[in-house]
Amino acid sequence: MSIFPPKEKIWFNEPVEKAEVLWVGIALVWALIMFAMMPLWHLKGSQNMSNEAYRIQPDAYQAKVDAFVEKFKVGEEGKAKTPVVHPPAGSDVYLQARLWEWYPVLELEQGKSYRLHLSSLDWLHGFSLQPANINLEVHPGIDEVVTITPTTSGEFGIICNEYCGIGHHTMLGKIRVLAGK
Amino acid sequence: MVAKPVFRTCGVTGLKIHDKAELLIKFNAVTAVVVLAVGGFFGLLVALTRWPSVHLLPADMFYLALTAHGIDILIVWCIFFEVALMYFASAVLLGSRLATPKMGWVAYGLMVLGAAITNWKVLEGNSSVMMTSYVPMQADPLFYVGLILFAVGALIACFIFLGTLVVAKAEKCYEGSIPLVTFGALVACIIAVYTIASGAIILIPTFLWSVGLISHIDPLMYKVVWWGMGHSSQQINVAAHIAVWYAIAAIVFGAKPLSEKVSRMAYLTYIFFLQIASAHHLLVEPGLSSSYKIFNTSYGMYLAVLGSMIHGLTVPGCIEAAQRKKGFNKGLFEWLRKAPWGNPAFSGMFLSLILFGFLGGISGVTMGVEQINIMIHNTIYVPGHFHGTVAVGTTLAFMALCFFLVPVLFRRELFLPGLAKLQPYLFGLGMGVFSLFMMGAGTLGVSRRHWDMAFSDAPHAFSYPPAAYLMMGIVGVSAVVAFVGGAIFVVVMVGTILFGKPMVTQPAAAAPSSPPPVASYGSADTFSVPGTFTLAMLFLTMFVLYYFVNWKYLASTWLLS
Repeated sequence: MSIFPPKEKIWFNEPVEKAEVLWVGIALVWALIMFAMMPLWHLKGSQNMSNEAYRIQPDAYQAKVDAFVEKFKVGEEGKAKTPVVHPPAGSDVYLQARLWEWYPVLELEQGKSYRLHLSSLDWLHGFSLQPANINLEVHPGIDEVVTITPTTSGEFGIICNEYCGIGHHTMLGKIRVLAGK
Repeated sequence: MVAKPVFRTCGVTGLKIHDKAELLIKFNAVTAVVVLAVGGFFGLLVALTRWPSVHLLPADMFYLALTAHGIDILIVWCIFFEVALMYFASAVLLGSRLATPKMGWVAYGLMVLGAAITNWKVLEGNSSVMMTSYVPMQADPLFYVGLILFAVGALIACFIFLGTLVVAKAEKCYEGSIPLVTFGALVACIIAVYTIASGAIILIPTFLWSVGLISHIDPLMYKVVWWGMGHSSQQINVAAHIAVWYAIAAIVFGAKPLSEKVSRMAYLTYIFFLQIASAHHLLVEPGLSSSYKIFNTSYGMYLAVLGSMIHGLTVPGCIEAAQRKKGFNKGLFEWLRKAPWGNPAFSGMFLSLILFGFLGGISGVTMGVEQINIMIHNTIYVPGHFHGTVAVGTTLAFMALCFFLVPVLFRRELFLPGLAKLQPYLFGLGMGVFSLFMMGAGTLGVSRRHWDMAFSDAPHAFSYPPAAYLMMGIVGVSAVVAFVGGAIFVVVMVGTILFGKPMVTQPAAAAPSSPPPVASYGSADTFSVPGTFTLAMLFLTMFVLYYFVNWKYLASTWLLS
């Protein structure tokens, strides 16, 4: 019994059940397939984590965001009059997280690629783009660059899904994707 | 010289029990149950707040309750019970005295003190930092002090366990190798030592930072090291609750493992292929490379997952073999149909096994894929997954063991046995549905640790699909059902200890002390566990389907590189 010592003095010398060996074999094959899927998707798939990130001071990042907003601002939106920014396709796009806002509102075009920069000025935040359901962690001091290509159009919410204090649930930003021609 | 240890012989099991070990087991287990009651109550408050049409607590109280729930259940309840389990698996199962019982009380005192300090700080309202306490968010310095004291206590308990193994060997309390259940507890203990080391490496500097002695803690480094504790600590739970599965199979059915070698090798994969793994929680983090993430989560071949899949076969397999030996041989599943479903020790254990595999196991591996995690990270899918492991897996298994252990240790009959019969079904199935629908809501993007899914005070408008609200409603209802199940457990346990009828020593109903081997080793020409194998193949089919459905779902979202 499992609560008594095994029959053999050295447990490694005990015989093995046939069904177990078969199952171990099947499970091992499955484990190897699961492992292979990850590098394979990096080669063949289109949804992969970017490996591009830079150390940056929060005020330096904020300066970049301000310059970006200044250059491409097309309007204001929402209760907080957040600037709306329409950057050209293929360009560097900056999104800033802080307690408790996403800044600015981005206007993108469907089917075009953008180099999206993400960083926080204070605590950890979570970039959760809904309903596309893309979730990325946003750190202070790290400028993370992700190349994104919206494949659907409409209004998207950016929810903060990393707990960041008492105003966490009010931290909601927006990305608008204009339908492709 | 120390006084000669005093033993009694258990009237139910025939096991030799050291009185000092018994007292420590009782205190640790009872404390665990009390903490479970407190933490479970916070859990109910959290669930009732996330139920959209109830939305019980205000925001600050919600984040406070969520922090308390996480710490009390994930850390305090599990570890207290595991300490009791380690003492049981060493001193009681080996029929040995417990090494240094006095240090056992020091460990117990430190753990109680640490848990109390951390809870006090959380309840005071200035440490609502969640269980993970990610920097640069800061808690009260004593919040970290409490956790550190608790960990020191747990570490002492680990060494008492290891010491007891040495004592038992030296005093020749057993022959040959330690039993499988003790082996499982040993694996849990080794992982616990690693875990506590990781915790110390990060929590001590964080404490120094909170009192101003260190100016900066890097948030990314914090997460890498913290999860060295956080991830491994869940593997302590897994190793421990699998030991409980084997123990209950042995106690209820007299089952012996199909083979010692396979079960023990499966345990060893946890030690060799899981330690220093924390990237499961960092898959969408900037600043870490994909190759690191992929290797750290899988070690190239997912051998720790393989270990769990093996236990998933060998645990029900040993029950099947034992039942077939007793003559329940008709068809594939007579052994399972005729199992004692009215015995909460068995029903709890078997539900724990099934739900852990199908809910917690499959979802955990799937969400641990680097790319699939993009759709899942920090959504409510994540707590959906870990309620499928810690609640219906670990907690339910520990509850099941209590239905056996508490009457035996306290020598009292079970209080309200009729209610006790219902308990595993209410808690297990309630939590199972809860976990499933949380995962459902998570795939619709609902965030975890979030007070207001309607975003009423946000600068912009966003609404989740109606299905997400429906699912969160179901989550709320099933949480209430599970809470009732949990409350029944606490009532039955406390009732048994306080009001249970003293047990008249009966002939051993549970386990004969020298059972005949129920499954002959190496049955090369008979396929002895066809039912279990069928279940395993069903599991694998679901696993494969679910895994690839998620890839398909991932392929439909925006392009990222």
